[in-house]
Amino acid sequence: MKIKPQIKQKIAFTLLGLAAILVIIPVVLILAILIKRGLPAISWQFLTEMPRMGMRAGGIFPAIMGTLCLVIGAIGVALPLGVLTAIYLVEYAKKNWWTRMIEIAIVNLAGVPSVVYGLFGLGLFVIFFQFGSSILAGSLTLAIMELPVIITSSKEALMSVPRSFREASLALGVSRWQTIRYVVLPNALPGILTGSILGISRTAGETAPILFTVAAFYLPRLPKSVLDQCMALPYHLYVLSTQVPNVKPALQYGTALVLVGMVFLLNIVAIIVRAHIRSKKQW
Amino acid sequence: MVELSRVKIVVEDLDIRYEDVWALRDLNFSVKENEILSVIGPANSGKTSFLRALNRLNDLDPSCRISGSILLNGKDINREMDAEEVRKKVTMVFALPIPLPMSIFDNIAYGPRRHGIRNKKKLAETVEKSLKAAFLWDEVKDRLSSSAMKLSGGQQQRLCIARTLAVEPEVILYDEPCSGLDPISTAKVEDAMRELKSRYTQILVTNNVKQAARVGDRVAFFLMGELVEIDLADRLFTAPKDKRTDDYLTGRFG
Repeated sequence: MKIKPQIKQKIAFTLLGLAAILVIIPVVLILAILIKRGLPAISWQFLTEMPRMGMRAGGIFPAIMGTLCLVIGAIGVALPLGVLTAIYLVEYAKKNWWTRMIEIAIVNLAGVPSVVYGLFGLGLFVIFFQFGSSILAGSLTLAIMELPVIITSSKEALMSVPRSFREASLALGVSRWQTIRYVVLPNALPGILTGSILGISRTAGETAPILFTVAAFYLPRLPKSVLDQCMALPYHLYVLSTQVPNVKPALQYGTALVLVGMVFLLNIVAIIVRAHIRSKKQW
Repeated sequence: MVELSRVKIVVEDLDIRYEDVWALRDLNFSVKENEILSVIGPANSGKTSFLRALNRLNDLDPSCRISGSILLNGKDINREMDAEEVRKKVTMVFALPIPLPMSIFDNIAYGPRRHGIRNKKKLAETVEKSLKAAFLWDEVKDRLSSSAMKLSGGQQQRLCIARTLAVEPEVILYDEPCSGLDPISTAKVEDAMRELKSRYTQILVTNNVKQAARVGDRVAFFLMGELVEIDLADRLFTAPKDKRTDDYLTGRFG
């Protein structure tokens, strides 16, 4: 028997809608559980004090600061390197096998499991360069992991600047670099920033890459230099959940909530940046 | 009559192709100083390729191969000048107006600034002079700091003309500059072109045969990558020598 197109359409819409709802469920559940069980643990002391009694009491201040240091260090390295690479690839590189190799390398870099980055960082930064287990080594490892995301989003942002803008500038006798500097980059910047912030927010929650390169099991003080170890939220959460017996679950959930909160905050910043720029964009 | 005006551009044996596709073959002619040369012809006749060869914008397309030579003031633009120098002297106004996403003032000042002019007074003078020359000053003088994107299409195109004037070129190329404009805006752009005649050499590629006749001193007819005929506008339109020109003008094809 034949089904009317209108009914087919209804079925299709229902299925599509269900799929969308299914995607939301895990997000809502995670947030709900984290907030319900973690919120009671959150207090001013929890956010600003050192851990005590083998991490069974006190706060998670050093882990928050550690994660902040790592994120800032990683972005400090990865953002310039990634943006410069993207500019080269989009604006200068000719389409030949060499460019293709670089592009394939970047795609593959994105697919490497994070624990492999951790081991790589251990081998290269911790041992070979003798940085030891340190913020420097950890930031560099995270930076390499962020690179593919930053390069890819920067490339897209650069390519989204209309070619006609470049031609209009070049046709005035303006050099290629000046065209990039004064026309392409200002218009690509919002896209570059948004993509990069999303990239960072992802690495902020990574455990494996910092496991061997920086993270301290229990270090109830703040790092003094980039060559110090530090605690970090994701690793602290892992330790609390598996390595320390008799921890109040509220502490674990509280830590998780802070971590998710930080990532969420970064994403909000990215969304605000994007919305702000979109409202100003006029082509 | 003795020909007093100097020759500005000489095109010798110019061939342009993209990979294996020929865009232009064996082009030979010259453009005189202060004249407006209209270039007409159907699509794919090589008009735009020719225009983009004149200010070396074809350099941007790696598949483009050019042979032969183009002389500007007797100098070979591909061998004796670098691309930026050529483009500063031979600027281009595109088919669609392309204001840069910045203020009106900054659009006009963009070229001079990149070429090293920092003096605020000098920049302001250049902006005013350029906008006046493009017949836009009166319409925008009170809102120079507002976005160029908010102007109408015709205003945007005159802004683009003003922007090219600001870099003090010698030749201005127009690639179908009125294709997206209404008749009144078109008339204003044409007025600007006529007004600029005293100081610049202008080449106008257009799909609009009537426009070619209105503003062109001479007209070149391109067909399938070949220059069929080039002559004074009056003569080409009233008594074309080549049958193909006649066919095109009378609407038998194209």
